[in-house]
Formats: sequence, structure tokens, C-alpha cells
Amino acid sequence: MMGLPQKVRVKNWHPPGHVRAPMYLRGKTGEIERELGPFGNPEELAYGHEASRRRLLRVRFTMGELWGAEAENPADILEAEIYEHWLDPINAP
Amino acid sequence: MPHDHHDHSHDTDGLSPSGHPYRPDQDHKLTRWQAMEIAMRELLVEKGIVTAAEITETVEQMDRRSPADGAKVVARAWVDPSFKARLLENGTEAIRELGIEPGVLKLIAVENTARTHNVVVCTLCSCYPRNLLGLPPDWYKQRAYRSRVVKTPRKVLAEFGLELPESTQVRVHDSTADMRYLVVPARPEGTEGLDEAALAELVSRDAMIGVATARHP
Repeated sequence: MMGLPQKVRVKNWHPPGHVRAPMYLRGKTGEIERELGPFGNPEELAYGHEASRRRLLRVRFTMGELWGAEAENPADILEAEIYEHWLDPINAP
Repeated sequence: MPHDHHDHSHDTDGLSPSGHPYRPDQDHKLTRWQAMEIAMRELLVEKGIVTAAEITETVEQMDRRSPADGAKVVARAWVDPSFKARLLENGTEAIRELGIEPGVLKLIAVENTARTHNVVVCTLCSCYPRNLLGLPPDWYKQRAYRSRVVKTPRKVLAEFGLELPESTQVRVHDSTADMRYLVVPARPEGTEGLDEAALAELVSRDAMIGVATARHP
């Protein structure tokens, strides 16, 4: 379990089937913006299975992190909802 | 193979006299999912679980929803700072105060200011706060908007007619999972004398998605 606020990296997984972690955020580093509580895991719900409850978190990324030199303004931000099991905590140096 | 209608003066390059393309007839066979939907609906009616009238009524209810409820929420936030604080803290609970039943909607409201401009997208599909805003516009569901606004939001907003200064931070919200988003646009100057109903008239659907500002009276 992770505390807040914290740096996280979205897992660079590529599993088959229904997932809600968009490709363009995989492998990217961001900060937890807020916690949204437990929701049924969409990766199970999508197939009609009884879903386990997973913590959903809003993660804030900078456009510089997402797009590098192609970012319009690297300080602009993007926030998305990512399930906890897709996030790895990054320990402070 | 498209038909050529060179002998019909009304049809030049597949365009109507007013310059719009003709919509093609849907002469193809039903897809598997269309057939499944019809079969399921007919079975539910045959078994007496729902009536055809109830289905029609539900579809009409969905079609009737408009951005009016969203505009009411924004106008209340403009006139009542404590409501605005509750809305930004917990959107789902706050809209109940206006008699709007959230149902399955989990709402996050975000506020536009001189320093921050919020814009909403669903890159994975077309998640949208339908209770508050009605049906989403076609462009919201199209790949061009969904793929571009997360990478070049300033360019996309400029195409909507909204040029933002560098001093304003853009905050793009990708509704990837269970939350839905409402942008509370900045209250236009010169609206001090207006009541809530008149203020709500200034709040467009696009302003609540974040691709426009509120109208000036």
C-alpha cells in the first residue's frame, strides 16, 4: 500500500484484453493527485467476472514527461485515473 | 462502388445543393452486435421483463438530457462560494443540493481560473457526464480530438477559438476509468447584476468540457 503524495511509475505492461491504462501513459512517471477509493477492477468486469475491488488513483503527469521535446509547454499537465495494480512506487532518492 | 450521378444536376461530387455530403444508405447486413441487441430486446419484451413502451421512454429520456443541469451547477458555484467549495471537494454529493440525482455518476468538478485552464477528454472511448451535459458532441468521440488534445491541447483549443497565454497552465483530464468531469468556467466580468438563471444561460456545453469560455452577456 502506498501513502500520499508519492511518485509513481505506470507499469509498462502489455497484457491482452480490456485494460484501462492508456498506452501513452505506460512507463511514465507522475505524482498521485488524489485517491478515489476502491472500484471494481474493469479488467474482470469487462468479461462478466466477479470483480475484485482495487484502489483507483488520479495521477498527475507533466507534458514534458509524456512528450519530451515535442511538448507544447512542458509545464502543462495531464491527469488520469490509474488502478493501483498498474502503479509502481518510486522511492525518493 | 459509389454511384455516379452526372445526369443529376443536384449531385456534384456527392454533395447536396447546400454543399453537404449525402449520408450513405445503410444497406449492409446487421453486425453481430446489432443482431444480438435486437434479439435481447425482443426476448426481454416477450418474457414480460420490460415493455416496448418502457424502452422507448428510456431512450427518449436519454435523448432529452441537455447541458441545462450542468449550467445550473456552474451558475450556483458562481454565486455561492461555499457551494463551489463543496462542489470542488466532492462533486457527486454537491449536485444533490440542486436536486440532481447523480445515479451512477461519480463527479469531479475542476475550476478554470486565470492561472489554470482545464479540459476534459476520454482517450479510451467517450466517457462523459451525461446526467449533467446530455449526449456528447460527435467531435468528443472522434479520434482526432481524443488523440490530439492530450498531446497538443493548446493547438486543439486554438482550433476551437480559444488562445491561452503561456502564463495559464493547461490541465488535461483523461477520464480513463470511473470518474466523470465537469469544468467550472471562469465567471465573465460584468455579470455582477445577473441572477442564477441568467448566469446559467452564459454557460455552454463546450465551456463545461473546457474547449470554450463562458459567454459574455
